Amino acid sequence: MPQNLNYLRETASQTAGPYVHIGLAPGAAGFELFEKELGQDIVGPNAKGERITITGRVLDGTGSPVRDVLLETWQANAAGIYAHDEDPRHSEVEAGFSGWGRVISDFNSGEFVINTIKPGATPGRNGATQAPHINLWIVARGINVGLNTRIYFEEDSDAHASDPTINLIEQLHRRDTLLAKKTGENTYQFDVVLQGENETVFFDV
Amino acid sequence: MTKKNTHTGEFYQRDRYMHPPAYAEIYKTSVPRSPKQALISIENSLSEITGPTFGHNDLGELDNDLIKNYAQTGDAIGERIIVHGRVLDENGRPVPNTLVEIWQANAGGRYRHKKDMYLAPIDPNFGGCGRTMTDEDGYYFFRTVKPGAYPWRNWVNSWRPAHIHVSVFGTAFAQRLITQLYFEGDPLIKKCAIVNTIPDQDAIDGLIAPLDMNAGVPLDCLAYKFDIVLRGRRSTLFENRLEGN
Repeated sequence: MPQNLNYLRETASQTAGPYVHIGLAPGAAGFELFEKELGQDIVGPNAKGERITITGRVLDGTGSPVRDVLLETWQANAAGIYAHDEDPRHSEVEAGFSGWGRVISDFNSGEFVINTIKPGATPGRNGATQAPHINLWIVARGINVGLNTRIYFEEDSDAHASDPTINLIEQLHRRDTLLAKKTGENTYQFDVVLQGENETVFFDV
Repeated sequence: MTKKNTHTGEFYQRDRYMHPPAYAEIYKTSVPRSPKQALISIENSLSEITGPTFGHNDLGELDNDLIKNYAQTGDAIGERIIVHGRVLDENGRPVPNTLVEIWQANAGGRYRHKKDMYLAPIDPNFGGCGRTMTDEDGYYFFRTVKPGAYPWRNWVNSWRPAHIHVSVFGTAFAQRLITQLYFEGDPLIKKCAIVNTIPDQDAIDGLIAPLDMNAGVPLDCLAYKFDIVLRGRRSTLFENRLEGN
């Protein structure tokens, strides 16, 4: 027998279930417990950049909105800097800017609303540049492993042409599933399609 | 002198053979909610190796004590337990100062949620959620009551084993994980469609917390141990940095 590598194995994922709100957004479950719910304010009071609102729904394979979904967002600030010590420029991030948010869909309409600022372009690997995007992680009853995707912005088509992640998507028409559509001066629409026609591109990160 | 941490590269590829597939026919709700197209594998960039950080100031004093954190007239009802363990990565290194959040049904199997209509009663002294940060050694603990089993609509007579939902962040968005803790010896584990979405028996065993008599408090409560393993990172020996500068 050769030596043992002695790595541990990642803990297996399980669905967040229908009552994910109790743990991660108890106010929505119908009760107040924590003094401060996390992820409610993505950008803080000092963030520079364009304030935007992204509205959307998560649709299942039958076209019906998923009304018990929870989404987490992770993004850079307007200058393309992540508020994390592995970003070499992190000390330049505005005080109070976290870049992380948690939103849930409305129990009746299935609509979610993300209030944030538009992120800047971020450094990619090997000197490439990533077009402005918000990283999205989606969990719900019936989703066995959280789904990762990205929200890009339709007006940045020039930057998309050289974005390393978008360019990995072989079927060109599927790239459009990652684009938030401009619906007003500072508002966007972004629907996630879990399955079927126009299925959103999901990533194994 | 402390050893330099060279594990600052990409995260190890997630082992999809031990996670449940998106589509699992036995778990009916996954049928319309599972992508049919393959996930597109991307190499880690700054977007994946960074992630939110939290501080102790974000939390309240009783946030990790579910017996007390929603108490109105007295303690929550049920079998008093401590749930404790460490958050580690696949290299066996502790993950310090990371947020662990839990939620669960009460001792009768009822959730405090406007969508839960199960006939077991709400406990007026039990909310059902808690959160804590790991310490420098990756260690965390909660006090709670053991949740009850409850029926759910999958097959006509489907029951969830007693379980606690666990959410962990790690240091990066690529490590984000939600799972469920089960209890050693529960005969419902084998029968559960959600447990059985996991194709690997070792991976299932990794979700079952053993009774830990040494960690309980005599004449007060029992304890269960639950270690959580997040993705590990490659060494950056002989490599450029990910941000490419």
